[in-house]
Amino acid sequence: MVDRFNALARRLPTWAVYLIGVLPAPWFLYLGATGGLGVEPIKALEHELGALALQLLIFGLCITPLRRFAGVNLIKFRRAIGLLAFFYVFLHLLVWAILDVQVLSQIWADIVKRPYITVGMLGFAMLIPLAVTSNNWSVRRLGPTWRKLHKLTYVATVLGGVHYLMLVKGWQLEPLIYLLVIAAILSLRVKFQNLRHA
Amino acid sequence: AAIGLGGSVQAQEDLKPNSWEEITSYCNYYEFGTGKDDPSRNARALTTDPWTVKIDGMVDRPGDYALGDILAKMTIEERIYRFRCVEAWSMVVPWNGFELADLLNMAGVQTDAKYVAFETVYRPEEMPGTRYPVLDWPYVEGLRLDEAMHPLTLMATGLYGKPLPNQNGAPLRLVVPWKYGFKSIKSVVRITLTDTQPPTSWNKSNAREYGFYSNVNPTVDHPRWSQATERPIGGGLFASKKDTLMFNGYDEVASLYDGMDMAKNF
Repeated sequence: MVDRFNALARRLPTWAVYLIGVLPAPWFLYLGATGGLGVEPIKALEHELGALALQLLIFGLCITPLRRFAGVNLIKFRRAIGLLAFFYVFLHLLVWAILDVQVLSQIWADIVKRPYITVGMLGFAMLIPLAVTSNNWSVRRLGPTWRKLHKLTYVATVLGGVHYLMLVKGWQLEPLIYLLVIAAILSLRVKFQNLRHA
Repeated sequence: AAIGLGGSVQAQEDLKPNSWEEITSYCNYYEFGTGKDDPSRNARALTTDPWTVKIDGMVDRPGDYALGDILAKMTIEERIYRFRCVEAWSMVVPWNGFELADLLNMAGVQTDAKYVAFETVYRPEEMPGTRYPVLDWPYVEGLRLDEAMHPLTLMATGLYGKPLPNQNGAPLRLVVPWKYGFKSIKSVVRITLTDTQPPTSWNKSNAREYGFYSNVNPTVDHPRWSQATERPIGGGLFASKKDTLMFNGYDEVASLYDGMDMAKNF
């Protein structure tokens, strides 16, 4: 079963993952423009893009444990997943700045003044060097530093989850579930590293 | 004029109500879910007939009032009000309802009463959102007595001349147009006159962000977002924002707060 899945995954070209991965962007935009996201499409679009970005970040973090614990090998798609996550965080940010806030001075004021936006922005800032160094040349050039640098994904994902929890009103279930999943995945890593060191 | 208030009649003439679809599909009613479209999907399960409102506390004629008996004594009129949510979006809503003052006078407010407390119906079996402790259920709200007796303060029973849809707070909800929307408590089952400031749900949940008064005020920001501007619902993907007005444009209530520091009493 796992072997069959791995064989299938091997046959799937990476470009297909990129292609499928970017499709939700024009789809959501189309929905937003035609009433498919409800009567207030700006916040809805912002939310859909943000949620998708967070899901992709979490999926990216699942790839290593999936191989270790289930034997499922998706390593060849990890870069695509990471870059797609960055793409959606960036779109989320664009929609927020251009369609939602609209006022340039208020964008900056919000980043400095509103903790949930500061946290989200910090997460985005951390993803920039990761996106920039996602090419083969950088991997070779940076060597072991590359692995260390890319551990920032953990921090960025946690910040994304916290950003979501901080922006909702009251104690809502969905952001708590996201954070719980993130904590579970990260704790798997801690456990595994401890085992390796023992 | 039906309104009896020069200022609002003037203001009302420029107001173009949002569509039925907009008003009834984009709601905050956390008892039916936290998504904006959750209430319109889940609220039909709420039984609104029969409906009883308990009026108690410092009144001459406390009791359980059947909604039908209340309505028989009230004059229903249309009020087209601006509606400003604390989340910085806004609508214009053509309510049907009666003045809260008329209802309070029917029960006979005693002279020592200073505040009015309100409570929303709490039926977990009909309200799926209450299975989660998003807020401390049941939802409660409150007004100072002079705010409650103000002629702008409405108890709404309808929308566009039709009965109020469940997701909008059927069968009876408060509408206080110069305050953020969450003050306008929905599906009211209890009204209590007291001499102490009653607890209010969002204030209990987060006192730093939500005060008792919660008057619309562009100069006092919510800690997490600006209140200077608002997005009118209905403008689509490229909707522009507009400036938020002090007291949501209902300047006639300003005298209720003479001498009060509005930044402290937010």
